[in-house]
Amino acid sequence: MAENTPGTAQAAKEKLVVMPSPHVRDTITTQKIMATVALALVPSVIAAVYYFGIRAFWLTLVCVFSCMLFELLFSMITKRESTIQDCSAIVTGMILACNLPSTFPAWMAIVGSFFAIIVVKCLFGGIGCNFANPAATARVFLLVSFASHMTSWAAPRGVDAMATATPLRLMSEGNWEAMPSIAQMFLGQRGGSMGETCALAILAGGLFLLWKGIIRWEIPVSVLASVFVFALLFGQNPVYSILSGGVMIAAFFMATDYSTSPVTNSGKLVYGVGIGFFTMLIRVFCNYPEGMSFAIVLMNVITPHIDRLMMTKPFGAVFEQAKKS
Amino acid sequence: MSLVQKTLAGAHVKHLKHTEEHVPEIIPTPKEVCISMSMHMGPPCKALVAKGDTVKVGTKIGDVEAFLSAPVHSSVSGTVREIVEMTTATGARCQAVVIDCDGQQTPDESVQPPKVEDHAGFVKAIRESGLVGLGGAGFPTHIKLNPKNLDEVDTLVINAAECEPYITSDYRTIMDRSQDVLEGIAAIKKYVGISQVKIVIESNKPKAVELMKKLTQNDSSVEVLALKAMYPKGAEKVAIYESTGRVVKEGMLPADVGCIVCNVTSTAFIGQYMRDGMPLITKCLTVDGGAVNTPKNVIAPIGMRFRDVIEYCGGYKVPPKKMLMGGPMMGTAIFDDSYPVLKNNNALLALDESQVEVPQEGPCIRCGRCMNACPFQLMPRQIELASQRNDIEALKKLKVMLCMECGCCTYVCPAKRGLTFSNKLAKQQLRAAMPRK
Repeated sequence: MAENTPGTAQAAKEKLVVMPSPHVRDTITTQKIMATVALALVPSVIAAVYYFGIRAFWLTLVCVFSCMLFELLFSMITKRESTIQDCSAIVTGMILACNLPSTFPAWMAIVGSFFAIIVVKCLFGGIGCNFANPAATARVFLLVSFASHMTSWAAPRGVDAMATATPLRLMSEGNWEAMPSIAQMFLGQRGGSMGETCALAILAGGLFLLWKGIIRWEIPVSVLASVFVFALLFGQNPVYSILSGGVMIAAFFMATDYSTSPVTNSGKLVYGVGIGFFTMLIRVFCNYPEGMSFAIVLMNVITPHIDRLMMTKPFGAVFEQAKKS
Repeated sequence: MSLVQKTLAGAHVKHLKHTEEHVPEIIPTPKEVCISMSMHMGPPCKALVAKGDTVKVGTKIGDVEAFLSAPVHSSVSGTVREIVEMTTATGARCQAVVIDCDGQQTPDESVQPPKVEDHAGFVKAIRESGLVGLGGAGFPTHIKLNPKNLDEVDTLVINAAECEPYITSDYRTIMDRSQDVLEGIAAIKKYVGISQVKIVIESNKPKAVELMKKLTQNDSSVEVLALKAMYPKGAEKVAIYESTGRVVKEGMLPADVGCIVCNVTSTAFIGQYMRDGMPLITKCLTVDGGAVNTPKNVIAPIGMRFRDVIEYCGGYKVPPKKMLMGGPMMGTAIFDDSYPVLKNNNALLALDESQVEVPQEGPCIRCGRCMNACPFQLMPRQIELASQRNDIEALKKLKVMLCMECGCCTYVCPAKRGLTFSNKLAKQQLRAAMPRK
């Protein structure tokens, strides 16, 4: 008779899977998200190869493989489950490569990968736990360590060798005669890190990510808008400010990093405005011609505070008024 | 933060309404039924019959005085074989009455159309009918129809959203029992004093929307609303907000904003009950899933065992891997197929191997999808973290008690984290930490 009593062991002849609801899941995975981001970076890599030659491709490969290798080694040394299959190391490697000049020595790029993956990412707990953007921090680290290599630019295709100084350098020198036109800037015919010059390619990848729902509009829009506004306030040309340096790649690919940006949508706006503000502040008032990666790392540090202060207001929530004692 | 938000968030789950065009078949009386005494929110009923008693269709066999409970009636005529102690699908213990059916289906003499004159009489009659919210929650309807602020209640929301995947039983109610629905609405309007009725249906059921619009076109107090087909539009607070714009705040009941929400099948039952007085003894179920030979809609006597229901639907195609009472988003996984049909069941799903995934949890990547999918904009990941460090103050601040466990956060999580479950856990932590009154 016991087999007729629900919930008894005798009743269960075939073992069924019992787990809490929901019993269906979306097909999205961390791996798919990261692979999509990597795909969105492909136009920038192609543009880099077009403008700076095949060396740009090899340098990208060096960064990607060294990032993956360091992540794999870390999980082996610490005897943890390998996280290599989530594809996030590929993304880090590609973004890091985008932030390097095409002439950058390969071994230095490997040092940068080590810093990004081991120091910034893995030592802080791996994916989702790092407090600062690995690629941005590595760029800052390389800039401080190998300043001359990080700022010697090759001439892109279609531009004569004289114009190898970046537009930012030209702007800070007031050398407007040597400045590329806005159309040239948009297409990437200017000096700069290999993945950051072609705004068109970055925009294509960024819009793809927006369309796929991988990133939200808040960060790119607030970064670009605030760079524009603060450029005006500081007496700079706003369009050149957006198209020069790393603003475009940062707005779509670096500042939008999930781990290091605020989780709420209002927090994302504050964060983006902060990046725009500090970028322009550093560009105009500091010694460095470019301040994007500094601004990102700075805002990464502030992110936990933004998260704490800017929580969502749930539907129907009633917050108790602070009691007067 | 948003200035004008007309619709609440949710998840785009697959509809999978395979049985949509299948008119429910009445299952012949089985050999035995096992009627659970716990088919409502409150404490379980106590069996009013003993071993060897003869019962008829509609005989009251269980009742309890406690709040939030409703009586239980026999769905068959026959003899009580035994009273057993069973474990419900959610792990609680309750009595169950096992009846050997005589196949005669003799109705009980007490089954008479209720004589109702006023609101109090209506509420009493509904209690006697044993009706609970048939949408799934099992909230006793007579309590819903008897709010403290009766004068302020002006709106009846008929919930026919049916946003869960697979389930089509409410859809069939509209298509096949529209007269019952209209009579039910009329009865509630008359006795509760309702001035406007909103019928909410997800837009993926255009035929149902069209039919209800046609049937109510001469009644200006009734409005049929086609809601965007996105889970969970059928959640009570969501349905109220989307049909009336009213916000049921923390700690409030729908009646506090002047609304009563009634599932469409519950409404149809009221219509039918006012006519013939037969208490709630059958339930329309969607039987589906890869392990079932012929998925279909059936009308099963309450207490019929799931294995008998499956048997009626051509038996198992392959051995089931997981069985669900209800839809895949909020349904409960059961331990075995000896469980009986309950009042608030609207689906029985027997899933095969390919439909069952036990995903491996990965680390959170802070993408914010859980928060953006939450209809109430809660922050499931932050709740999970606060729950892990047992931070009661943070849980209060994060308003975890508002969570209705709809499952959207878990559904959309790319790292496959069980966020709905951690929300449930956090709610328990918070309850445990609250001072007992």
